[in-house]
Amino acid sequence: MFGKLSWDAIPTTEPIVIYTLAVVGLIGLALVGSITWKRKWGYLWREWFTSVDHKKIGCMYIIVALVMLLRGFSDAIMMRTQQAMAASGGPGYLPPDHYDQIFTAHGVIMIFFMAMPFVVGLMNIVVPLQIGARDVAYPFLNALSFWLFVVGAALVNISLGVGEFARTGWVAYPPLSGLAYSPGVGVDYYIWSLQISGIGTLLTGLNFFVTILKMRTEGMSLFKMPVFTWTALCTSILILAAFPILTATLFMLSLDRYLDMHFFTNEAGGNPMMYVNLIWAWGHPEVYILILPAFGIFSEIAATFSSKRLFGYASLVWATIAITILSFIVWLHHFFTMGAGANVNAFFGIMTMIIAVPTGVKIFTWLFTMYRGRVRFETPMLWTLGFIVTFSIGGMTGVLLAVPGADFLLHNSLFLIAHFHNVIIGGAVFGYMAGLTYWFPKAFGFRLNDRLGRIAFWCWLTGFYFAFMPSYVLGFMGMTRRLNHFNNPEWRPWLMLELVGVGIILCGVAAQALQLYVSIRNRHAYRDLSGDPWDARTLEWATASPPPFYNFAEQPKVDDLDAYWGMKERAVSTLKHTDYRSIHMPRNTSSGLVISVFALICSFALVWHIWWMAIVGLVASIVAVIVRSYDDDIDYFVPAEEVARIEKARLKDLAEA
Amino acid sequence: MKRTIGYCLVYLATSFLLAGCNLIIFNPKGAVARDERDLIILATGLMLLVVVPVIVMTFVFAYRYRATNKKARYSPRWASSHKIEAVVWGVPFVIICLLGWVTWVTTHTLDPYRPLDSDVPHMNVQVVATDWKWLFIYPDLGIASVNELAMPVNTPVSFTVTSDAAMTSFFIPALGGQIYAMAGMQTKLHLIANEVGEFRGIAANYNGEGFSDMHFSTLSLNPSDFEQWVAKVRKAPQRLDQASYAALAKPSTRHPVSYYSQVQERMFLDIVDKYEGMNKANRTPRSQAQRDGTGVRTDQQPGLAAEER
Repeated sequence: MFGKLSWDAIPTTEPIVIYTLAVVGLIGLALVGSITWKRKWGYLWREWFTSVDHKKIGCMYIIVALVMLLRGFSDAIMMRTQQAMAASGGPGYLPPDHYDQIFTAHGVIMIFFMAMPFVVGLMNIVVPLQIGARDVAYPFLNALSFWLFVVGAALVNISLGVGEFARTGWVAYPPLSGLAYSPGVGVDYYIWSLQISGIGTLLTGLNFFVTILKMRTEGMSLFKMPVFTWTALCTSILILAAFPILTATLFMLSLDRYLDMHFFTNEAGGNPMMYVNLIWAWGHPEVYILILPAFGIFSEIAATFSSKRLFGYASLVWATIAITILSFIVWLHHFFTMGAGANVNAFFGIMTMIIAVPTGVKIFTWLFTMYRGRVRFETPMLWTLGFIVTFSIGGMTGVLLAVPGADFLLHNSLFLIAHFHNVIIGGAVFGYMAGLTYWFPKAFGFRLNDRLGRIAFWCWLTGFYFAFMPSYVLGFMGMTRRLNHFNNPEWRPWLMLELVGVGIILCGVAAQALQLYVSIRNRHAYRDLSGDPWDARTLEWATASPPPFYNFAEQPKVDDLDAYWGMKERAVSTLKHTDYRSIHMPRNTSSGLVISVFALICSFALVWHIWWMAIVGLVASIVAVIVRSYDDDIDYFVPAEEVARIEKARLKDLAEA
Repeated sequence: MKRTIGYCLVYLATSFLLAGCNLIIFNPKGAVARDERDLIILATGLMLLVVVPVIVMTFVFAYRYRATNKKARYSPRWASSHKIEAVVWGVPFVIICLLGWVTWVTTHTLDPYRPLDSDVPHMNVQVVATDWKWLFIYPDLGIASVNELAMPVNTPVSFTVTSDAAMTSFFIPALGGQIYAMAGMQTKLHLIANEVGEFRGIAANYNGEGFSDMHFSTLSLNPSDFEQWVAKVRKAPQRLDQASYAALAKPSTRHPVSYYSQVQERMFLDIVDKYEGMNKANRTPRSQAQRDGTGVRTDQQPGLAAEER
């Protein structure tokens, strides 16, 4: 009846897991209780859960990303503590079977359920505003993408309490992830959480590709698009080209596991290394999916806080396009040690290095944007400066790893760990944090507490250096990754130093949590009525903060890269009364949520081999899609009087500002 | 005087970094590891030519053009300069060209499949990674050992590596380079130890629960010590055949060092052949040759390896 699922699936013998579950359960109960107490369920359902507004969907993406950041970071603390404790031959406190799940979950969560939603959330909030659009091209698909992503995140979290997660590392190389070596449900949780959220990501890529190409406001040619929109376009292209590879690869792995096929097994003609090739053919573009929008964020911030035009816009755009293309022909650098011939290794090594040229160009354009500017050291600019320095180091170690001869010594060592955290934290995450601080007032209409923001930045920055620079040294000392215990006293001081670094980052995370709390509590004091708190340059700042749900009463006309800056310079008043027209908008819908709930039921049943339930879930979600496609009542017109009322209130605010 | 102190400080700092905390990678014990280390230093040096100016410029520009410094020039519309753009594309390009050339050359000279240049004839070792231990078969000597690898000093060693379980990586950091161990497939690695000593060997790719304990010691021995070691192994009671191998291959952690005085013919190839991997087709002619009695000794790996590539 219930497949492999039984009461034994609940890890009652693992006190760490049980305590975690208890705490999470209590927090959840408190949350549900307080929402019920304040009678907010109806509000949440109407205004958020069924919303197709890109700004609200973007906020929800980021909220989930921040929650998952806490989960992934807790995993990191546990791993670092284990390694510091087990450095002198002792077993530490986490046995391998638990520890192996933790490092797998850490990687999966940080990439798929923290970084991806963070970047997609920022794209959601910003891109339609930057191109002067009313929403994305397919608002309903956008909501569906979000809820499918939530299903993936939910599955990963369910695996904590029901069953287990994969013990394979975050890319789940077979044959280890095959049935022969991983008979449990962990890998199945891995497969289905990535498959379902992967569909969501693919739809997002499609959505933003079309939105950016088709929905730009009048006058905004491709080479007048803000750089963040450019990077969002390139990221969408990467998603469209790369995610189908992931889907197909994981599908083949699931055929191996469910139908006893032999794509990636050791026996019967299977070829595990084919999986390794395929997963990195997706995996390398994936890191550019994460980093390109961060580059876009830094470009916007560098120009805004230097009060100056972005230097070398065309160079920057072409560099982005070059990276987009090159990212597809470098995947083999993840496994030079597979034993491919010298010609193959040299080709992929050199291709990888070539990416350093456009990336270097980008760094220089940000530097020359500051040159002859008036640099204001607001928090987003601090993140940007921290990024330039940190990312330069990470880029350098990355090029070093691209030299096959050097990689033979450093592959899979902590040097590699240091490198990719150096570029993912020092590049992508710093970018997202900068973007969060920068666009928060736009999304919510009030600023974040500045002092706590600065404290968070300095903690993250110094914490990062303490937590990962020793890893470079440990890599040189021959320490390989994913070790549960070892007996090497020489490593210990460095591991202790790293633990200190983790503690400092924890302070940064705490400062950010406090910052959110304080800012929300004092939101009236931090209120920004102008809609343009940073004296910025692009269109999103031309409308109110938070923007009305239709974004612009009248879609702006653009004749310059820095569209809003141009308006301000020419003193084109945003305070004008026009004859407002009715606006065509999409209607809210619960379809995205409903389809995703059925997808969750289906995938959970597949994990546990509950076949009847899987069929019910699948059929129900297909039926829900069909029902939605027959729904004609999907849009409406906002009456001109309503627009006029909202805009007049805004003009009054502006006059007060 | 100042300069002397400076040199002393640099020397002290480097020696602390390089020796004081035992950076294995910077204390190579063999020619391959030495060349790979030199490559790391050369590549890093080349890249620092760009990275150091970037970091310096970040601080200088941010400080000089701070908003409160009204003396600095402010050109809010200045946004392009062909000269600067030529430099920012050109300099990284030139450095990457240099580094690309270095990469092309060294990838070929440091190719793990390339036999090392040496007057001393090389020794063959067949390496099998099982869950979670290392089996070393010495085909020229007809002996085998588990979790202990012995090699005569200054003698190039030709490793042929496979796995009988999940994929992992065969790595002796002090001697250089690593190579994946994959079931049904064979990879090659050439290393040499130029100093006598005991070096740590590890599994460098996570392969399941016993991964952390899957290491072995590498003994680099004087010729006479190596002879003694071989004699010791030859006295071992066990023989490596299908039955004893099957017992050994069962998953276990912290397997004690053990020796096999004799090794069954074709042991290594049988382990590879067990899987109908991608190399199956390649093997058919050779098996044919063996049946005809014209075949070479199955243990003669170099020819095979060349073909497997």
